[in-house]
Amino acid sequence: MSKILSYEEKDTWIHQLSGVTKLIFFLLWCVVSMMTYDTRILIFMVLFSLVIFKISKTRWEQVGSVFRVIMVFLIFNVVAIFLFSPDQGTRIYGTRTVLFHIAGPYDMTLEQLFYELNVVIKYFTIIPTVFMFLVTTNPSEFAASMNKVGISYNVGYAISIALRYIPDVQGEFTKIKHAQEARGIEMSGKASLLNRIKSTSSIIFPLIFSSMDRIDTVSNAMELRGFGKHKKRTWYMAKKMKKNDYLIIGLTVIFAVAALVFTFADGSRFYNPFI
Amino acid sequence: MENCNRAALTGSMKHRMPRRNEGKMKSKFGIKEVVAIGIGTALFVALTEIQIPTPIPNTYLQPRMALMAFLAAVFGPIVGGLVGLLGHALGDAMFYGSVWWSWVVPDGVVGLVIGLFAAKYAVKEGGFTNTKAITLFNVMQVIANAAAWILVAPILDIVIYAEPVNKVFIQGIGAFIGNILIIGILGTLLCVGYSKIGAKSSSLSKED
Amino acid sequence: MEPVIEFKDFSFKYRAQTQPTLRDINLSIMPGEKVLIVGPSGSGKSTLAHCINGLVPFSYPGDMTGTLRVGGKNPADIGLFGVSRIVGTVLQDTDGQFIGLTVAEDLAFSLENNLVPQEEMFAKVDEVAELVDVKKLLENAPRELSGGQKQRVSMGGVMVDDVEILLFDEPLANLDPATGKRAIALIDEIRKNRKSTIIIIEHRLEDALYRDVDRIIVDTVPDELLVTNVLAGQGIREPLYITALKHAGCNILAADRPQHIETMKLDNYKQPLREWFNKAERKKEKNKSVSALKVEDLYFSYVSGRPVLQHIHFDIKKGEMVSIVGKNGAGKSTLSNLICGFYKPGKGRILLNGEDVASLSIKERGEKIGLVMQSPNQMISKPMIYEEVALGLTVRGVPEEEIKERVYETLKICGLYPFRNWPVSALSFGQKKRVSIASILVMNPEVLILDEPTAGQDYRHYTEIMEFLKDINENLGITVIMITHDMHLMLEYTDRAIVIADGNLIADDTPARILTNEIIADKAYLKKTSLYDLAVSCQIDNPSEFVDRFIAYERQQRELRLREKSTKISGF
Repeated sequence: MSKILSYEEKDTWIHQLSGVTKLIFFLLWCVVSMMTYDTRILIFMVLFSLVIFKISKTRWEQVGSVFRVIMVFLIFNVVAIFLFSPDQGTRIYGTRTVLFHIAGPYDMTLEQLFYELNVVIKYFTIIPTVFMFLVTTNPSEFAASMNKVGISYNVGYAISIALRYIPDVQGEFTKIKHAQEARGIEMSGKASLLNRIKSTSSIIFPLIFSSMDRIDTVSNAMELRGFGKHKKRTWYMAKKMKKNDYLIIGLTVIFAVAALVFTFADGSRFYNPFI
Repeated sequence: MENCNRAALTGSMKHRMPRRNEGKMKSKFGIKEVVAIGIGTALFVALTEIQIPTPIPNTYLQPRMALMAFLAAVFGPIVGGLVGLLGHALGDAMFYGSVWWSWVVPDGVVGLVIGLFAAKYAVKEGGFTNTKAITLFNVMQVIANAAAWILVAPILDIVIYAEPVNKVFIQGIGAFIGNILIIGILGTLLCVGYSKIGAKSSSLSKED
Repeated sequence: MEPVIEFKDFSFKYRAQTQPTLRDINLSIMPGEKVLIVGPSGSGKSTLAHCINGLVPFSYPGDMTGTLRVGGKNPADIGLFGVSRIVGTVLQDTDGQFIGLTVAEDLAFSLENNLVPQEEMFAKVDEVAELVDVKKLLENAPRELSGGQKQRVSMGGVMVDDVEILLFDEPLANLDPATGKRAIALIDEIRKNRKSTIIIIEHRLEDALYRDVDRIIVDTVPDELLVTNVLAGQGIREPLYITALKHAGCNILAADRPQHIETMKLDNYKQPLREWFNKAERKKEKNKSVSALKVEDLYFSYVSGRPVLQHIHFDIKKGEMVSIVGKNGAGKSTLSNLICGFYKPGKGRILLNGEDVASLSIKERGEKIGLVMQSPNQMISKPMIYEEVALGLTVRGVPEEEIKERVYETLKICGLYPFRNWPVSALSFGQKKRVSIASILVMNPEVLILDEPTAGQDYRHYTEIMEFLKDINENLGITVIMITHDMHLMLEYTDRAIVIADGNLIADDTPARILTNEIIADKAYLKKTSLYDLAVSCQIDNPSEFVDRFIAYERQQRELRLREKSTKISGF
């Protein structure tokens, strides 16, 4: 099983923020990053998220392997954009500055390079914050704080159960895969597509069907212990929102509004250095 | 014998007394649904790693989509939609460190749309063994995938990321085909298999 | 005094079944009583538990007749939440019952649902954590806990509610003997401190009786029950020391308090027992010399420098039946993973029939070494029993006719033939277990590895499965390796036990010698067998020889019974 990102306890002020604060920051950050193509704002966001990443004391080993996977995907996507639409940059920025000719309809233009650079920067505005969010947010406290800001505790608890069971399900999957392989069912190899799907089914069926039993057991256990009895519930792990939380939420909102106003002030979401 | 069983089964299905949970199951949000979203999301995330390669380079079928379709068919649109949304967002975040929202939302759409007719599929009650339910499920999954991958995903890609139109539509069509394939085969098999398991019948008796 | 639980002419039938599972139950349990309910798998024990905690009829609907009162109230009137304030249930599946992300949260779960303020929760969780001895684990996630620890958390999680009745559904099913012993002691302490009514549903009688109970339901007091032959008739294992005394021709009296071997009065039994010992035949040594599975200096670690297994060295001969024992997490499963090729050893060799298996793929090894996993749900991938058992043959391209023949034969041996057209889901856990064994046996492996083959099975099914394994071991010459912490299993069915503790092999000897050696038994989280205590108390100077002779005698008796049975059948 690949190493996946997960919470690690540390003592930084970012760790101590409420989960909701971090969620609001993360979501607004995503919104801004999605909306704007203003290179200046994007660059600011990349730099800022690197700072946060640093402050959260996240170590490279925690995220390194995941980072390599993203890089592969990123390169693939950037190449794909060029292959499908070598003049997307020109369409956006209105000018066409050919750097050199490649082949057929493919010219390398400055506009295209600039556009794709923006795409890459967009990725990098999100990646460190995803890392930061996952690595510094205590999942138990997260469910509690979601409920505190008015999201149904059912949703919070569903997420909490998901986080509780991800490692179990992964372990279970490995075990089942092994046992079925020993019975002669192989997932890899040169089999036809249909056969591959069939052997996948022999491995995921026991996993999914035993999980269906698990759903019954867990909901029985929760019901026996009074889950859903009242409209509200209290939380053992709840944290009070502190001054820092309100401060961060406030700053995030101000930043988001300012960034969007700044971006759209000239009527376009793109920053155009070519005119 | 088996046919006979099945006939007795579907016959008895119609006259089943309403169960406490049954009314809730399809519309309301009960404990079972909460747990189903939780464990379903965990499964979805764990299955993120399993990709079945296809003859087309760099194109993989995703068994996790079949899982989501199955959960939607069993538990309804809310569970289906949320497992898609949460599972995709969490899975991508944990495995790939980024959340590609324009592909998260369509996953939710697929789960939601497939789940709309959960009551009609009657997977848990053993009803998903006739052609009618299987056909309805597959018609719905094709509609759901079309809406998600040929409409929602490309539009979001264009609006949010200003990606080239031809690229996003071709990507969307690729995802559309891959997902109807995996849901059509693996998803249907899951539902049929589980329906046979859930076939609570009073006609089971030992044979010599 | 009013009974806290009262069944009157109570019957219950699940909607899915044709026969009622509970029939005309009349049972009263008084406040503060500690009651043990015994019965074989499928006898309705679990259903009875579900009736008490309200899952029947709220989660498992069906038809009910007669009356039932829990805490003086009708469960139907107060609803599941109402019942859950009176009855706290510790489920058999302690992993499923663990809901929180950490121990503390799980202990607090019920408090959270009852809107208890946070400050109060902290105090209450601390108190309960102290009580069930998980104070140091409060911040741990469930996957970091052992089975015994999880169970203690489950107990704590229901006790925070101050329930009157604590209901334990097969608390020993997933624990090693020493941990099980501790659980029973803890339950007893809780009862003494809290004056709760305790109901334990269990079929491992000898272990459950480690501490006093007031009543065993197949309805008598323990001391009287033990002197009768009711248990054996009900498919429940009576304590081994009782069986030994009965073999010696002793007429056991309830007045001698046979409930615990430590406190039982043995004066009148010493003489006959010693005579029996001297008369009893020695165990016949079987001589097996061809190596089937040999492991040479095996070493494995996930993180370098922290070995999970080291210096593992043994040689299992063809046709042997061997048990690999040790506490949970000692490295037993890792060993089987290495043998099956799921993991690669860091050092050392594994030889099958004298040949190194390092170059064989998982599938190739799987044709020679069959692995049966602990939980049948980890293996079953087909909805119908027949398809499931046939799967291994189908993927190997065996002709249809042969598949049918071999599957039917295997199903007959496993006692599943009458169910051949059933969906797997209609079977009990024990029956599913048999399906998963059948699905491996059908492939005729040379070596069979079973992970906890008898977990969750009562004595009757246990005997059936073990006899069946013994049969294929003797008649087909399949070498059988069992990973287990069931001491009865290792004593009665294996001639040799390999003991692993903390990644090291600490003993490779006869089970009788291991279970009479206090140091080894302790290290491996086993218990000394009660036969040892019996032998010592009766001044028999060679306890392990006594155990050996007892086992030899038992086997002989069992064979006689089986032969009798088969001649009876052929006589028809």
